[in-house]
Amino acid sequence: MAEDALNRDRPADSGPELLRMRGIRKEFPGVLALDGVDFTLRAGEIHALMGENGAGKSTLIKVLTGVHAPDSGTIELDGRPIRPRSAHDAVALGISTVYQEVNLVPYLSVAENFVLGREPRRLGRIDWREANRRAAEALARLEVRVDPASSLGSHSLAVQQMVAIARALDQNARILVLDEPTSSLDAREVERLFEVMRRLRAEGLGILFVSHFLDQVFAVSDRFTVLRNGRLVGELPARGTTRLQLVSLMLGREVDEETLAKRPEPAAPAPPMVEARALGRRGSVEGLGFSVAPGETVGLAGLLGSGRTESARLLFGADRADRGELRLDGRRVRVRSPRHALRLRFGFCPEDRKSSGIVPNLSVRENIVLALQARRGWLRRLSLRRQREIADRFIRALGIATPDAEKPVGTLSGGNQQKVILARWLASEPRFLILDEPTRGIDVGSKAEIERLMADLRKEGLAILFVSSELEEVVRNCHRVCVLRDRRQVGLLEGDRVDAGAILRTIAGGGEDA
Amino acid sequence: MKAFRRSNLPVWATLAVFVLAVTAASLRYEHFFSFDVFLNLLRDNAFLGLAAIGVTFVILSGGIDLSVGAMIGFVGVFCATLMNAGVPGWAAIALAVALGTLVGLGMGSLVAFFDLPPFLVTLAGMFLLRGMALVISMEALRIDDPLFQALGHSKWVAPGLLLAVLLLGVYLANFRPFGRAVYAVGGNEQSALLMGLPVRRTKVLVYALSGFCSSLGGVVFAFYTLSGNANSGMTLELDAIAAAVIGGTLLTGGVGHLFGTLLGVLILGTIQTVISFEGTLSSWWTRIAVGLLLLAFIGLQKLFQAGRSETP
Repeated sequence: MAEDALNRDRPADSGPELLRMRGIRKEFPGVLALDGVDFTLRAGEIHALMGENGAGKSTLIKVLTGVHAPDSGTIELDGRPIRPRSAHDAVALGISTVYQEVNLVPYLSVAENFVLGREPRRLGRIDWREANRRAAEALARLEVRVDPASSLGSHSLAVQQMVAIARALDQNARILVLDEPTSSLDAREVERLFEVMRRLRAEGLGILFVSHFLDQVFAVSDRFTVLRNGRLVGELPARGTTRLQLVSLMLGREVDEETLAKRPEPAAPAPPMVEARALGRRGSVEGLGFSVAPGETVGLAGLLGSGRTESARLLFGADRADRGELRLDGRRVRVRSPRHALRLRFGFCPEDRKSSGIVPNLSVRENIVLALQARRGWLRRLSLRRQREIADRFIRALGIATPDAEKPVGTLSGGNQQKVILARWLASEPRFLILDEPTRGIDVGSKAEIERLMADLRKEGLAILFVSSELEEVVRNCHRVCVLRDRRQVGLLEGDRVDAGAILRTIAGGGEDA
Repeated sequence: MKAFRRSNLPVWATLAVFVLAVTAASLRYEHFFSFDVFLNLLRDNAFLGLAAIGVTFVILSGGIDLSVGAMIGFVGVFCATLMNAGVPGWAAIALAVALGTLVGLGMGSLVAFFDLPPFLVTLAGMFLLRGMALVISMEALRIDDPLFQALGHSKWVAPGLLLAVLLLGVYLANFRPFGRAVYAVGGNEQSALLMGLPVRRTKVLVYALSGFCSSLGGVVFAFYTLSGNANSGMTLELDAIAAAVIGGTLLTGGVGHLFGTLLGVLILGTIQTVISFEGTLSSWWTRIAVGLLLLAFIGLQKLFQAGRSETP
């Protein structure tokens, strides 16, 4: 069935099937990262792999490049089954990857990075002249002219990326994987990269391209494969596909009417607690404007990289706003730092709980009391008994699955870790709670519990800012939704106008602009 | 020549400091600037230089080797005991160097295959070697093997050996894929792995090389002092690290040059010589001077790195 679709959609200029991945499944402890994903790459095509955070893009790439072994599924190259066991294997098979963070050695010279591991030799020593010549030649083909003897780190990221691509091509790559190659390039550099990509496509390479910039994806790709939550949701040709269709697939819209109809209970009328007016910061996010009253939830919706996390950081003082204003209970405030935000009784559950949330080696109890203790100041230490009481109360209230409060948090599952972070902020008794992707990477049951918890908190009079990449969740939980695109707020939907379709249209750029 | 084309500012700075130190000393003491003094400088510090070359390789790869001082004590006692038991001098040397390389290989394997922190693995190696040396003999053992006597009395052998190993090291580091892999692993291990370099093999070999160099240093120290003493080479590992850092090697790996390390060793030696020429100063002033110099060079490296701030 998938086969038929493939043949029908096949663009005229693409060649035979080069790579065929079938039924790829990969499970990490607690997370099913890939659930029977198929992916096909043809010679002479640029194929964009699309999906939000946690969709499984990077896991799929890592399976292809030998970093992860799949639990099941097959990979065929030219119809022959392959099983790359390391990056080295993959390169030998002709699958080369250029990562977002260029994986070269900045201290070494351009030429060295180019030849590293397969240096030309003469009379028992490395022939540096030959190495420099080869590097210069290969780079010239990509129209990059730099001194091959200069150190790689002295060049822009764009040049470093070209060196990485040149290196990949020189190793007889047939498949080139470009993982978010454009995220640190300026417009001109992106255009140059695209020219190179088009040229390589014409030479018959299969290019797998990952980017979260929709414009770029449409500008250069022949075909899209869209993943969501570790599952394949579709493969479609670029020609004839609209942005709205693509975004709908990425964010998920086969939501039935019933779930769509579900909306948060209206809050009792009250003056707004937190109000943002054209709040922004240079280089971060702009034009943030919303108000939220006690018992209300405001949502932030937008694609990956649209400025959701930046907005949350701005509100919590992790970055300082340099334009617009923020009002708390009608009075203007400037949040100077997270500590200051804590004193204003703001709470912030960060997006990446591994790197900026939990302290894995501390116990559940210690993690829970962390924010409360910080708000009280370290001199007024909470007694151990009091800490235990607090910890036990939240373990019960949130249903944290842990044998006891003294277990290191790192040993719990993702969903339970998330609840511990939530407990931490709830223990600090916030009035305004910022939840950045609290439901990401946790199982469905835990998601439902987190949503229930949010409803309970609203009833207690908290104001909540909720960030999620899942549209249904935003619609189900938010009274008001700020829609972000390209790091600025492009719409504010309220009341009845909050529905998945309107959010999608605003994200895709077809909707009403605020 | 490629070796020098890379902007290796710190090495030039080290060279400048060395030239400055020698010039200042020559102006102050009339017999200082002579070939004999220079040859003696090399001879007196050959064992440190040999150990420092190995340590430089390890640091370049992003690791650290704390076992080289203890290795020198161990090798001395080991050689002396063998020769007192009637083993010929050349065989004692061969056995000592082979054993030293093997110990390095073992430590390298632990670091590379079990992902253990090099600091702890080589710290354990240091205790092990020092302990073994003391178990063999608490007292200093005299060496009167004729080969050792001859080697010890020659003013050319130790400097010659040091320079030969240095050149071999430069060849390995700059003109062999192994050496480039060392720099790549130290510069960014993840990248080296993704580029398909033999990261593990490189790590193992680096520690083996360091074991080879330090055991050779132990042999040189044994014929230089004509004795084997379990306590010799105490804290020498730190001198070796200091020499590498003063010579411009970045402690985080990936940047540095063996010539710099030699210059670092020579600077340490010069300070010592100057203080002994001075006569009235306590020899512990050497330590203070080295400490200050080390601070100055760390500062310089920080500047050097800031200059490269575009590097991700």
